[in-house]
Amino acid sequence: MSRVFGDRKTVLILLVPVLAVYGLLKVVPVLWSLGLSFFNGNTLRGFEFVGFDNFTTFFTDAPALNALWVTVYFAIIMTAAQVVMGYLLALMYVFVLRKGSAFLRTAVFFPMVLPTVAVAMLFKSFVAVGDNQGPVNDVINLFGGESVEFLATTSGTMTVAILMTLWSSMGFYAVLLYTGLLDIPDEVIESARIDGASGLRLVRHIVLPLSAPILLSSIIFSFNSTLKVFDSLLALNNGGPGTSTSPLTLYMYRTAFEYAEYGYGSTIALVLTLLCLVFTVTVFRSSAKRTED
Amino acid sequence: MSATQNLIQAEPVSRKLPRRGASRRAKRILRRIPVWLSVTVLLVVVLYPMLWMILGSFKTQGEFFANPTWALPESLNFANYIEAFTRGNIALNYRNSLLVTIPSVVLIIFLGVAAGYALEIMVWKGRRPTLLLIMAGIMVPGQMILVPLFTAYFKLGITDSLLPMILTYTAMGIPLTTFLMAAYFRSVPRELFEAATMDGSSPLRSFFVIGIPMMKNAMLTIGLVQFFSVFNDLLIALTFTTRPDLATIQVGLLSLSDQYGGTNYGALFAAVSINIVALLIVFIFLNKKIMAGMAAGSVKG
Repeated sequence: MSRVFGDRKTVLILLVPVLAVYGLLKVVPVLWSLGLSFFNGNTLRGFEFVGFDNFTTFFTDAPALNALWVTVYFAIIMTAAQVVMGYLLALMYVFVLRKGSAFLRTAVFFPMVLPTVAVAMLFKSFVAVGDNQGPVNDVINLFGGESVEFLATTSGTMTVAILMTLWSSMGFYAVLLYTGLLDIPDEVIESARIDGASGLRLVRHIVLPLSAPILLSSIIFSFNSTLKVFDSLLALNNGGPGTSTSPLTLYMYRTAFEYAEYGYGSTIALVLTLLCLVFTVTVFRSSAKRTED
Repeated sequence: MSATQNLIQAEPVSRKLPRRGASRRAKRILRRIPVWLSVTVLLVVVLYPMLWMILGSFKTQGEFFANPTWALPESLNFANYIEAFTRGNIALNYRNSLLVTIPSVVLIIFLGVAAGYALEIMVWKGRRPTLLLIMAGIMVPGQMILVPLFTAYFKLGITDSLLPMILTYTAMGIPLTTFLMAAYFRSVPRELFEAATMDGSSPLRSFFVIGIPMMKNAMLTIGLVQFFSVFNDLLIALTFTTRPDLATIQVGLLSLSDQYGGTNYGALFAAVSINIVALLIVFIFLNKKIMAGMAAGSVKG
């Protein structure tokens, strides 16, 4: 039997197309880009080997450091917000609304399928359209405040970007964590209830520890998507005002394709990749330590 | 399924003490008020921005300034839609998006299902490392491959077409799809394939006759997830849009907003509204599959 399923020809026929596409269009470019990060220049101008110069440049380049900061800041705030909000919604679906949560689950999820560009256009208009600068400012005016030009400042732009990403992604995290909560055996929760645990104590001592694995996956997934933030900050305010809200992805894109610095662009891409790796490993390790304790 | 069990088992506890029926009932209703209040707030927060955008798409430029921003449009005029289609190239953008997305998703799914079968059902040395190598691609950001690919496509002379986008999306979709397909094949009893072999079917034939039909549901689910990720992407599309008439809808939206910026809200509102309404229709019919697929796609850690 195992000899039949060990048939070389079948493996080759099924796997060669995938490996060809994946190898040529992903593995080779990654290695190529890795190599490029030690060079200066572009295809037209020619390349010059500079060793680790691009890396030392990166850590003295003010826009690059700002981009690194924007990326890390956005990823940490966003991951905390998405996972906490998603978990609260999931708890509400499972323990409060129970069977009646289907409609709400679906409705809150919907913005997730909208293109980030469209969402950014929506929120950009939401805080900037008309004399009053959008409905958000109408509410501020109602309470006697002056209209705020959110997109004129760095902190305002970041706030809008964070709220809009939370708006579009919380329903997704809620569904993700909801499926995790459903996997907790009902007997466990029942017996805890009979033992007198309820409300917050039930959540803290029973539900939270049991949903740790799915929380961990969500945190890792969230870091890996928010560290790569690109569309939302580009479409919302073009990475501005100035370049103050440009993340690494956008800085890399501009360096490589607007200023044609292929070598330095590749270095920035590598820093981004390492950042994803570091965050994933750190989350894994800290959770492994906690279960050991 | 599990939720129902939860409900059935939780019920007896809450009904255990049926004393003083009426006041208890009032208390119950009172206790539900905060729940309904938070549900309402949540729905308003989620739905209002979209509703506001769609209402705005019917307003004239004058209305945006003369009336408060929350006001309803004065009449149902479609001038903004006509403008978005004629001046903003939205129709061409949609055509490009579909011409890129459909071939990419079809390629991703067929390559992925073949790889899943070869890596999970077939038995050979080195299949674990191969799967790991492919999975490693899930984490690598797109920025890491753009510069080399741009150079390569340029040398091949294909930058003047939609081909670079299709190729790049296919390569980027393979890791997650292969991983999920392998997981789906793992959950199928092997005996099914072994029995077919006993009956004289070659493993390649079994792939086409048993494997693919059995994976139909999985292919549709993952296909939807990939459809959204390709259709909604901006980075790859922006990089390989070498001429304005190659722009996909996301690039089109971005340039529409740059072009009109603060001047012409209506056309932009109309263009975004088309997106919202079209995806809402798709979502109403396929929400269960989309939600299940997206959730499965992320629990890989």
